Amino acid sequence: MTTITDHLPIDVQGLRKTYGDFAAVDHLDLQVRPGEVFALLGPNGAGKTTTVDMLCGVQRRTGGTVSVLGEDPHHDSRQWRNRLGVVPQNTGDYLNLTVREVVEMFATFYSDPIPTDELISMVGLTAKAGAKTNALSGGQKRRLDVAVGVVGKPELIFLDAPPTGLDPQARREAWDLVDYFRELGATTVLTTHYLDEAETLADRAGVIAAGRMLAIGTIDELGRTAGYSANVTVTDLEGVAGVIPSDLGVLEPDARADRRGGVLIGTDQPTAVVERLTRLAREQGFGEIPGLTVSRPTLEDTYLRLIQREDAQR
Amino acid sequence: MTMTSSRPTTTASSAPPAPAHRPLPGLWRTSLARSVSELRVFFRNPQSVVFTLALPVILLMIFGSIFSGKIEGTDTDFKQYFVAGIVAAGIMSTAFTGLAINVALEREMGLIRRLAGSPMPKASYFVGKVVLVLVTSLLEALILIALGTALFGLDLPSDADHWIAFGWIFVLGTAACALSGLAYTALIPSANSAAAIVTPPFLVLQFISGVFFPFNQLPEWMQTTAGIFPLKWMTQGLRYVFLPDGFSAVEPGGVWNLPLIAMALGFWVLLAGFLTAITFKWRGPKVR
Repeated sequence: MTTITDHLPIDVQGLRKTYGDFAAVDHLDLQVRPGEVFALLGPNGAGKTTTVDMLCGVQRRTGGTVSVLGEDPHHDSRQWRNRLGVVPQNTGDYLNLTVREVVEMFATFYSDPIPTDELISMVGLTAKAGAKTNALSGGQKRRLDVAVGVVGKPELIFLDAPPTGLDPQARREAWDLVDYFRELGATTVLTTHYLDEAETLADRAGVIAAGRMLAIGTIDELGRTAGYSANVTVTDLEGVAGVIPSDLGVLEPDARADRRGGVLIGTDQPTAVVERLTRLAREQGFGEIPGLTVSRPTLEDTYLRLIQREDAQR
Repeated sequence: MTMTSSRPTTTASSAPPAPAHRPLPGLWRTSLARSVSELRVFFRNPQSVVFTLALPVILLMIFGSIFSGKIEGTDTDFKQYFVAGIVAAGIMSTAFTGLAINVALEREMGLIRRLAGSPMPKASYFVGKVVLVLVTSLLEALILIALGTALFGLDLPSDADHWIAFGWIFVLGTAACALSGLAYTALIPSANSAAAIVTPPFLVLQFISGVFFPFNQLPEWMQTTAGIFPLKWMTQGLRYVFLPDGFSAVEPGGVWNLPLIAMALGFWVLLAGFLTAITFKWRGPKVR
């Protein structure tokens, strides 16, 4: 059996993009596996779009080695483009053409396009198929853009989410579309700063800030990268600090608005923590530990910790 | 917010999509799709039709009504001379000015980036543009010739030779202007500035290429400068088509010199085509 690395759809080493002294992308490594949905996360200006632009051949890189579907994006061959789907961040405009005409035109460029009406229905534009694109709303234009990007039944899709986002229904439909191509065996790279989107859709994710990859892994692995495998929270219990030694867990104030005064304990041994808390609660006359929750850190917890840590270092 | 689920990581065991065995569509099919799209977009917008075609028509009506008298040393009315010149300028207006502005707009609207992201052969985009301007320029030329004949005493040629010459001068001239327009878009940073950047060469060349003033009366350095660019050769060719044969006496060297016209326009087709191929901006920070 061949190893995974034999056909990684994306294999990037030491990718760099500099403008004068400024490094927009700084020695970035990235491997995306066949058939997975990979989310590229990071604040605005982190270098997500620049990275994707270099991977799909829109911008030239300053340095590093890049293989996308086994080719260097610089070569820009028609066969390579035929296997690639790109939905850019900015919405496109197509004056004086109908939705169906735009999709049909792009379909003629590919060897095995999705049938036009099927695709229009997949992106939820059937009712607008005969309408001029000028008459579409912002969300509808975005759906048309998605259709234009994936019309060639791509093996690898770059979906660069706009910073302003989609309306909730369009977002749901975009998610369905990602699932549809996942089932076809396609690989998707999703650029977003919506963490719930990454959690719902992605198998793995990478967090970028200031052009560098801070962490990369499955959503589970990322949860552990920047902290602990579990978060234990309690409210209205005094003296928590006294029973949790620092080698067992780290205390922080619970930042959630409805848990004012609560304590969050990051730990790798949640059972031991809960045991000590139980004893403490009994001593104080509680039958149950007040406001106890035990959860795995969310991607958001991890993400915020990583970004804060990165900011603190600069 | 607690994390409820996470998908297992897919590994190499998931089969990659079956590679597409069907061949990519050929240049002919993709160019046809682009050409149909170009013509649809143009003719569905009444403003673009009217404003693209209007300027040369307005110039014809104004100056055709002002100019009078004979060209020195000939028996030809200056009105007729002007009509032949404005037909050439009309072709440049649609093929060069109109096209360059149109491309700058398409770049800003994101169409060009999306076409570049598809497996469309790059040449198909240029073919589509040339087809579009051949149609719009022919329309422009026919309107100007019809008005010139009806109102300003232009004589239509009666023999095949002159019409054949009209055919190749029109096609070569339009192609030279269109490809120059495509190459020229490398200098246009945004759709906002397109009209301002495209107008000066069009205006200046009209003055020095024998549209508004008889070419033989211009200073020699101006004639030499004009000779570098296509418009001068287009006006000269169209004068051969529409003016009496004897008029060649006041042309440079006393002859029409059709072979040189063909060579000059052919040279521009090749040069501008080459420049377009190496400078055309398909992507980059300025291409949305």
